[in-house]
Amino acid sequence: MEVRDARGLLCPEPVLIAKREIEQLGRGAFQVIVDTVAARDNITRLAKSKKWEITVEPSGDEFLLTLKKA
Amino acid sequence: MKKNVFIAVAGAVIAVMALALVKLGNPPNMGFCIACFLRDITGGLGLHRVNTLQYIRPEIIGLVLGAFATSLFTREYRSLGGSNSFTRFILAFFVMIGMMVFLGCPLRMVLRIAGGDLNAIVALVGLVAGVLLGVAFLRKGFSLGRAIPQNRTNGYIFPLLFVAMLVLLLARPAYIFFSEQGPGSMHAPIIAALVAGLIMGILAQRTRFCFVGGIRDSILFGEFYLLYGFLTLLVVALIGNLVLGSFNLGFVNQPIAHNDGVWNFLGMALGGFGSVLLGGCPLRQLVSASEGNTDSALTVLGLIAGAAFAHNFGLAASTKGVAVNGQIAVIIGFAIILLIAFLNTKGIPVRQGVSAGGSKGC
Repeated sequence: MEVRDARGLLCPEPVLIAKREIEQLGRGAFQVIVDTVAARDNITRLAKSKKWEITVEPSGDEFLLTLKKA
Repeated sequence: MKKNVFIAVAGAVIAVMALALVKLGNPPNMGFCIACFLRDITGGLGLHRVNTLQYIRPEIIGLVLGAFATSLFTREYRSLGGSNSFTRFILAFFVMIGMMVFLGCPLRMVLRIAGGDLNAIVALVGLVAGVLLGVAFLRKGFSLGRAIPQNRTNGYIFPLLFVAMLVLLLARPAYIFFSEQGPGSMHAPIIAALVAGLIMGILAQRTRFCFVGGIRDSILFGEFYLLYGFLTLLVVALIGNLVLGSFNLGFVNQPIAHNDGVWNFLGMALGGFGSVLLGGCPLRQLVSASEGNTDSALTVLGLIAGAAFAHNFGLAASTKGVAVNGQIAVIIGFAIILLIAFLNTKGIPVRQGVSAGGSKGC
């Protein structure tokens, strides 16, 4: 599964990365690593509005987001 | 949905506090204005010598300390830095010049609209235009690059700076300037302003309140979350002004404003353009800096430097309008921010690492 690194990027860049991936893939799965709560929340909101499933795994100061659409 | 309700309530609370601060002594339509208050602090420190715009605004101190404490409490505090810090300083410098030509940040712009100041609607159109320009670069891949984690203590310097400001405000040493006339002399009691700032800091940290971000997200993602806060802010402040009799509809004789439409538009367009590239308006930068982002801390210093230059070089507008110097500065600002935007956009090919005279390194 593709992992995109959005650590250290200020909003809206992490969301733009997720959005590009969603639009390019159409369906499937990918992961994004983020390191701010803002990025985590914004990508979660994006995933929900695009009807993608999202799971959030915290690890230390970072979050691994897994987005899926069947 | 819950989040949308929370930010809407936050907007209403900020509106009520803004109205109360004006009642308690702040200048009209200036319950909160991040750009103006940073400019007053700049003057208070003697970095510009316009004797009507000098005061250490407690609202800013409260905001920083409130956001800092909240980020510690919620464990969102992260010391980060190294994302083209100096470029951010320069962007912020011109953002402030643009906002000083309009006479307000996006927050005061909304409060001015709520007070019936139609010049602020012209500025709103300018702000949207500036944000659109910035969004075009974001879509093409504009990025100032990654920040990396820093030693935790580096993020403490910024809030400590504002603890020092609080000491200066309370001790009133002779080398700190306090206006005796004009907008700088108009202020709510310190404790009220400080508490309002603290509440604002907590709310802004929790909601990520940012008008520029709101316009940006609605265009980029069809996401209106941040705009809900400003919508209730506008509505509640508008109703408040109508009830209090401080609503005065029109373009002329508006408090601490001028009615030169072209420069209200262009000033705020410059502010909006630069703010999008920075990732948020001055309010958002203050909150982000308080959460440990040292790039945002340098951005705030860029805003302060912009305020100092705006007044030392006669660039800022006055109630009479915008001087030629200010008009030239806005045009230079557009040229420089456009150049920065072009050079940091991946989709636009730029030769990297060109060396002068064939020498590598220094």
